[in-house]
Amino acid sequence: MKWETVIGLEVHTQLATRSKIFSGSSTAFGAAPNTQASAVDIALPGVLPVLNRGAVECAIKFGLAIGATLNRVNVFDRKSYFYPDLPKGYQISQLAKPIVEGGALNIVVGDTERTIRLTRAHMEEDAGKSLHEDFHGMTGIDLNRAGTPLLEIVSEPEMRSSAEAVAYARALHTLVTWIGICDGNMQEGSFRVDANVSVRPVGQVELGTRREIKNLNSFRFLQQAIDYEVRWQIETLEDGGRIEQATVLFDPDRGETRMMRSKEEAHDYRYFPDPDLLPVKLDEDWIEAVRATLPELPVAMQARFQQDYGVSAYDAAVLTGSRALADYFETAAQACSQGKLAANWVMGELSAALNKAELDIASSPVSAAQLGTLIARIQDGTLSGKLAKQVFEGLWEGAGEVDAIIEARGLKQMSDAGELEKIVDAVLAANPKSVEEFRAGKDKAFNALVGQVMKASRGKANPAQVNELLKARLQ
Amino acid sequence: MPETSLSALAAQLAARQISSRELAQAYLDRIAALNPAINAFITVDAEKTLLEAAAADALIAAGQAGPLTGVPIAHKDIFCTDGWLTTCGSKMLHNFVAPYDAHVIRRFKAAGMPSLGKTNMDEFAMGSSNETSYFGAVKNPWNPAYVPGGSSGGAAACVAARMAPAATGTDTGGSIRQPAALCGITGLKPTYGLVSRFGMIAFASSLDQAGPMAPSAEDCALLLNVMTGFDPNDSTSLAREKEDYTRDLDKPLAGLRVGLPREFFAEGLNSEVAAAVQAAVAELKKLGATPVDISLANSRLAIPVYYVLAPAEASSNLSRFDGVRYGYRAPEYGNLDDMYSKTRAQGFGAEVKRRILIGAYVLSHGYYDAYYLQAQKIRRLIADDFSEAFKVCDVILGPTAPGTAFKLGEKSGDPVEMYLNDLYTIPANLAGLPGMSLPCGFDAQGLPIGLQLVGNYFSEAKMLNVAHQYQRATDWHARAPEGLK
Repeated sequence: MKWETVIGLEVHTQLATRSKIFSGSSTAFGAAPNTQASAVDIALPGVLPVLNRGAVECAIKFGLAIGATLNRVNVFDRKSYFYPDLPKGYQISQLAKPIVEGGALNIVVGDTERTIRLTRAHMEEDAGKSLHEDFHGMTGIDLNRAGTPLLEIVSEPEMRSSAEAVAYARALHTLVTWIGICDGNMQEGSFRVDANVSVRPVGQVELGTRREIKNLNSFRFLQQAIDYEVRWQIETLEDGGRIEQATVLFDPDRGETRMMRSKEEAHDYRYFPDPDLLPVKLDEDWIEAVRATLPELPVAMQARFQQDYGVSAYDAAVLTGSRALADYFETAAQACSQGKLAANWVMGELSAALNKAELDIASSPVSAAQLGTLIARIQDGTLSGKLAKQVFEGLWEGAGEVDAIIEARGLKQMSDAGELEKIVDAVLAANPKSVEEFRAGKDKAFNALVGQVMKASRGKANPAQVNELLKARLQ
Repeated sequence: MPETSLSALAAQLAARQISSRELAQAYLDRIAALNPAINAFITVDAEKTLLEAAAADALIAAGQAGPLTGVPIAHKDIFCTDGWLTTCGSKMLHNFVAPYDAHVIRRFKAAGMPSLGKTNMDEFAMGSSNETSYFGAVKNPWNPAYVPGGSSGGAAACVAARMAPAATGTDTGGSIRQPAALCGITGLKPTYGLVSRFGMIAFASSLDQAGPMAPSAEDCALLLNVMTGFDPNDSTSLAREKEDYTRDLDKPLAGLRVGLPREFFAEGLNSEVAAAVQAAVAELKKLGATPVDISLANSRLAIPVYYVLAPAEASSNLSRFDGVRYGYRAPEYGNLDDMYSKTRAQGFGAEVKRRILIGAYVLSHGYYDAYYLQAQKIRRLIADDFSEAFKVCDVILGPTAPGTAFKLGEKSGDPVEMYLNDLYTIPANLAGLPGMSLPCGFDAQGLPIGLQLVGNYFSEAKMLNVAHQYQRATDWHARAPEGLK
């Protein structure tokens, strides 16, 4: 039997507000335990939540960015369960009336572009952390994270492979960081993915029973967990077993998913509207004011890059992989007025160097302006591509500005025709065998001669000029 | 202890006839003498009280006194009070010293009013007799064999016994008005949202509202001036211009239309209470008011609706009492679940547990629509009845409670019988309307009878006007229990 995989993702994004969603405490990561937990965060008797306007604006931005419906009246609900790191015994979330409904995100896998629809996105507060190590059989509770604003973003079950799921998660990650509502730091838990995975025989309309893989904090784990889970589900079904609805955890060390709780153990969360919070009303003025703060979105920017800089659709997609990368490219392209060349350099030499040094674009030792100048020097004939790479190395090492490096290292392309003619004549005289072979019809021999001339000029000869001269001499 | 109104006490303080310390000491002495029998206070801390009184004296000496600076007040133990034990009448918080002040406490501190202590109450404000308190029942100062009402029973009893010139209370289904009626004092529950709930330990968030309790309507008006005002820490607090609730006290009542809901004078009402309330209507007629027959047809559903909604909210509000961070934790337990269940089984009393169970049930999957949602719809109908009524009357009048104080233990075995005590008070909470209770007579056993006024939203000044005019014409509010003098 052939099986089809069905995946939907729920992503918890930590919103990049300075203070918590219902209190004034800081959301900064890494402080000493419980130093960022106020009376509200630890749920002292009598305290009340007050909604952080900034968190709502993050959610509005997201809704606008994905073309979703923003519910003009949305409501906070209480989701009840007992756990030591949930101070109130309930989490404030949104059930029936989330702030964002619908919307879509485009993903590219290989050559195929797909649109994944979103179900909803709602605001909620994060819980604290239970620390099970270091307490000698006891559990430590750190409530610094309690009350951190989250936007839980739920997709439709429209992905059909782990690759699509990863592409969706990456596109979402790009978008939320792009519009500045999330710092995207997956190690610190700012972007956490739950994957609902099921399989069904190809052609079957009804969905199979799903299992939810919780808390995946890297794209690699997301891929591995889904791949394992899909294999496990197919094997189970092919062995005549049944899939029970369950929540599972992925163990990255073993590369396996394992049961956390079954459907029977699922909580009855006893949701009801939080009487401490009024419904959140969005008026048009507020929405428009937030819209005005949105940057140009990746999709619009891709179209513009193709239009303005003549880059391919693929290159435009790569260059808008993050806002920092897109800004870098655009600055470089404008500095040299050579969009395609700039795209090649950014995606080629620069990306390779950054990858090798494990740096991100924001901390590139070569600035976009410097790269732009470098490309301009190729364009005006000062540098050959090869020389330009040497100058790039100089820039990377911090040896100064482009022209200074060219000057200091003597990397200027040879422009004196007389000097070049001498070199060409010397090379022809020294390589009679190659000359003979060329005349006998071997094109390769010509390339060898070009190489010899370049070598003799220590790379400074203009390759086009060398070609021309050689051809003239040999005819 | 002389019969003194808040305004008279304030005048004496301003004229330096007495200092705040002397006044506080006089009340502390009376508390020391009477409280062992009445049990109106859970915590008294003379040292703290006298320090606050000294600070008030300094304000007066510096010419920075407000209208009530130096006048002491007792606070219901539901208000978090920085550095004071704040128990909410429960074993669960028997050891909880609040690290911050409730908004209401802050306002009274800012007004320079020293705290005389924390008053006893039904556990988590759940009860109508003050018998559910972990710290023991409060006795009615008019007859210690009888209950003072609840949940603000300690507050009502301490004012009735003149152990404090005034007290704060809270009212979720009648918890200010019913004990005020049973103890023969005046108490007012403001419009929902007028007084911040911040720092007031939540019972049912959409119904809870703090208010003043004192001998007279004039006292309540002065206290309301202190308590009300927008608080950014409470999202349900209303941003309104500051009002002076004393401004209309002296207005004549000519032309006033008093609505008498026929449902409030029907079966279930004690005849002595009915007679006293009718006599009060007659008195108001003499003052120029006109009675109007009205109907609040859906108010018969108020108790069932209330006992769905209030427990639903309570079951959630009380989830934070889990033994993890503060308050009571069971001394011995196995795993985490065992710690939770033992802590909550031992820390909560029977009535609280009953309401948590009801609340969890009505919110659970498959029952939510049938109970919680349905109750919310009826709540709206009850509020609509009031809106209709206020088209033909200015204020609604009726009994506060169906009877006078009952004996300790008389109803504690029958929850439904106990719940019926709030038959007339609950509708105002469900609608969010202001209501007050004021003394209007005594039954044959000498127990006080209360009459209730319910006004339209933000009509506190109007209600206080009616009550004050009535109290100028009568002296029920000025009477204090003889035996305690």
